[in-house]
Amino acid sequence: MPGAECQVPNDGSVTGAAGVPQSTIRDPQSTIPQETFVLNLGPQHPAAHGVLRVLMTMDGEWITRAEPVIGYIHRMHEKMGENRTWAKFLPNTSRIDYLSAMHYTHAFVGAVERGAKIEVPPRAEYLRVITSELNRIASHMVWWGALLSDLGGLTPFLYAFDDRELILDLLEGLCGARLTYCYYRFGGVCNDADDDFLRGCRQFVRHMPARLKLYHDLVTGNIILRKRLEGIGPISAEMCRKYGATGPVIRGAGVAYDVRRVEPYSIYPQFDFEIPTFPQGDSMARYLVRMAEMEQSLRIIDQALDKIPAGPVMGKVPRVLRLPPGDYCYAVEAARGRFLVRIVSDGKDVPYRVRLRTPSFSNLSLFEEASRGMILPDALAMMGTLDLVIPDIDR
Amino acid sequence: MNPTLEQLCEQFGRLVGPAPAASAAPAAPPAPGPVQRTDHAAKGYDLDVSVAPLQVVMAAEILDRSGFGLDAVTGVDWLAQGQMEVVYDYFHPTTPLRVAVRTRVPRAQPEVPTITAIFPGANWHERETHDFFGLVFTGHPNLKPLLLPEDATFHPLRKDYQS
Amino acid sequence: MNSLLSLLSLEPVRLLLYLVGICAFVGFNAAYLVLAERKIAGRMQRRPGPNEAGLGGWMQPFADVGKLFAKQIMIPPGVDVLLYCLAPLMVMAPPLICLVAVPFGDTLVARDLNLGLLLVFSLGSVNVMALLFAGWASRNKYSIISAARVVSQNVAYEIPMLLVVLTILMTTGTMNLNEIVRQQAGWFWHWNVFRGVWTLANPLMPVTFVIFFICMLAETNRAPFDMAEAESELVAGAFTEYGGMGFGVFFMAEYTNIVVGCSLAAVLFLGGWQSPIGVLSGPVWGPLWFLAKLYALIFTVMWVRWTFPRTQFYGLLNLSWKILIPISLFTLLLSGALLTLTHLR
Repeated sequence: MPGAECQVPNDGSVTGAAGVPQSTIRDPQSTIPQETFVLNLGPQHPAAHGVLRVLMTMDGEWITRAEPVIGYIHRMHEKMGENRTWAKFLPNTSRIDYLSAMHYTHAFVGAVERGAKIEVPPRAEYLRVITSELNRIASHMVWWGALLSDLGGLTPFLYAFDDRELILDLLEGLCGARLTYCYYRFGGVCNDADDDFLRGCRQFVRHMPARLKLYHDLVTGNIILRKRLEGIGPISAEMCRKYGATGPVIRGAGVAYDVRRVEPYSIYPQFDFEIPTFPQGDSMARYLVRMAEMEQSLRIIDQALDKIPAGPVMGKVPRVLRLPPGDYCYAVEAARGRFLVRIVSDGKDVPYRVRLRTPSFSNLSLFEEASRGMILPDALAMMGTLDLVIPDIDR
Repeated sequence: MNPTLEQLCEQFGRLVGPAPAASAAPAAPPAPGPVQRTDHAAKGYDLDVSVAPLQVVMAAEILDRSGFGLDAVTGVDWLAQGQMEVVYDYFHPTTPLRVAVRTRVPRAQPEVPTITAIFPGANWHERETHDFFGLVFTGHPNLKPLLLPEDATFHPLRKDYQS
Repeated sequence: MNSLLSLLSLEPVRLLLYLVGICAFVGFNAAYLVLAERKIAGRMQRRPGPNEAGLGGWMQPFADVGKLFAKQIMIPPGVDVLLYCLAPLMVMAPPLICLVAVPFGDTLVARDLNLGLLLVFSLGSVNVMALLFAGWASRNKYSIISAARVVSQNVAYEIPMLLVVLTILMTTGTMNLNEIVRQQAGWFWHWNVFRGVWTLANPLMPVTFVIFFICMLAETNRAPFDMAEAESELVAGAFTEYGGMGFGVFFMAEYTNIVVGCSLAAVLFLGGWQSPIGVLSGPVWGPLWFLAKLYALIFTVMWVRWTFPRTQFYGLLNLSWKILIPISLFTLLLSGALLTLTHLR
């Protein structure tokens, strides 16, 4: 298909991981004349995880330039933050990234608690940790099923959702919602956990390791999957740092950066868990990071269930909440990476500015540079391992 | 080698110059200097640096050399003071240090140099801030709307924005 | 009554009945294999599959066919009309013709062709052209990419398939499909897939069978070789611009190709209509054995689809050019050498 000649500057910042099949990455400045055409991986597409448009300039099967175009589900949560009181913004936080809603509410609640110096009772902290880690596992199950669907294996999706249903049932019994929980409140959580919930968590923690082993046996070792992910989509640690990519993306590049460990919040310092890190920087490394993270989350939940104290679940909060003027930040390790809330208060009961720094935004921003010269199926496999949720990017 | 707070304070101190002299009125609290250590537990970041708009790039270079990564670029519209503020948040992958670099520009001419050359991740953050506030990041390679429609001419997060 | 029988023994009438039978067989299979695939996929995914239409979902094909017929057949503006309309015809006709040569039973074959094998494989290549026409005529970038992939994949996999068939040809010595089946009379170890081993005509015959099966999956564009219609990348690939019954024809053709491929595998390797235990053969049991083997192979094809993810297309081509062709060449040479040495036909 005739198209304009397209020369893409190669600033050489993609460092190939070991074992990258060099035949699959083409040098954009090669002297072979390129006839390129523009392919639109449109907002409606089975592989785009939501309404993401990627404008790809392609030379046959090779991508010379892939520019993500976002904004199709931009709801302007940051403006909504300026129009409601502190408490009324809480449901918004669940809807930014609906797959790991607990973490996002945690960040906002934590920022306000930091500003207003609200104490959180220990039982509430434990419940926050348990629900956050359950949410992380649920989110990774969706990621796993969706990644394999993208790669053509449609069956594991259903198996993953089987396990996810157990988590969703537990959380529904606890806070009434299956997806967009608004469970945390300033000073604690809104509902105490009864014995049913704690017993259900225990059963889940005992049931899940066998399932993870099943997934590893059936899927991770599969030769076709390994060929699709090993050596594909190398993202170096330097690239992650420059773009601000966090979460499994940077942990799959060898850097053990996890907000729970490097900038501890809540009661995470009391738990004994590892930060899985793989140095290869390819898609398989990111895949293995997330699979290992699920096991570590189970460990944390187990320890929390052992240590959870009795007590109140809400601290003392003034009736009308006003924060002292200034700005406050709080960062959490969401399922996709580092989620930061920066609130600016001018002393009123409505925030002056709410800034939501979402992980998928930064993770996707490196896609343009990382996918240069890649072949289309590999670029899509890499995008799958970036674990994007488009409402998270657009807010 | 992990950077320490002292090293950063010293480097920023050289960048921004000495703190302004204390005000004459005895009851006024001492004006906060441009390089301030803050309590992480109270604010969420360790170092707060105020720079002039043109020094934003050098501040980014200092942090890049020390191994920081760009976290977020936030715009704040101080309508009452006739200024817009841009806050750059930086995180470090191996130490718990977090740095916030802030700068203020007049609302009438909101221009800040871009740091895209140092941190390519700022490309999208600056485009978004431009969308919401109308801040112009001079030298940005592609300041098209990111989240708003391609033909948008309005800036929704300005305090005087009427929908 | 006598006149009816004498009418039936007339060759044109017999052929007509066979053609009607083949069309009915193909139609029934196309409709119910879709349902079978959805039910099997459902059961493998721990869900029931279609179970609303009719008792347990058995009326689902009627619902599907009714829906497809009811849709308006649209020719998108700007397409190459001749090729666009020709492609569904070209993709459906060859498998129908191939079934003329396939023996369902000892005497239940439409035409006992001496060159049956040649007919089947020469028509198998027309499938590629049809998809190329569909992809090209659709004037849609996704379709073009898909068509290019289909051509490279099918060309690559025809070669090991034909090498494998040559190996069979050398051991059996005939291209007549019914004759090949008759040579496999006896117990199951007389089937070609095992017989080659213990008669030392081709000790690697099971490997040859596996290669044939893989090539058959690739030729029919079934997962894990479904680059052409990799739905998560290319939407529907070459068929993106087809709607209603146009798409229905492609769908039917895909399942008919699977039927033809599996029938060939059954005939060439698994003894066709021969019984595996020596007894229970005859004009009634023969077709039943054939159908049993056919559907077992089709089940395996579907099983493979819902188990594995998709390969990248260069991995697929590497598999063919770098692995399957050398192995099939080797088995061919080995078989030829052994046959010469032992003076078998």
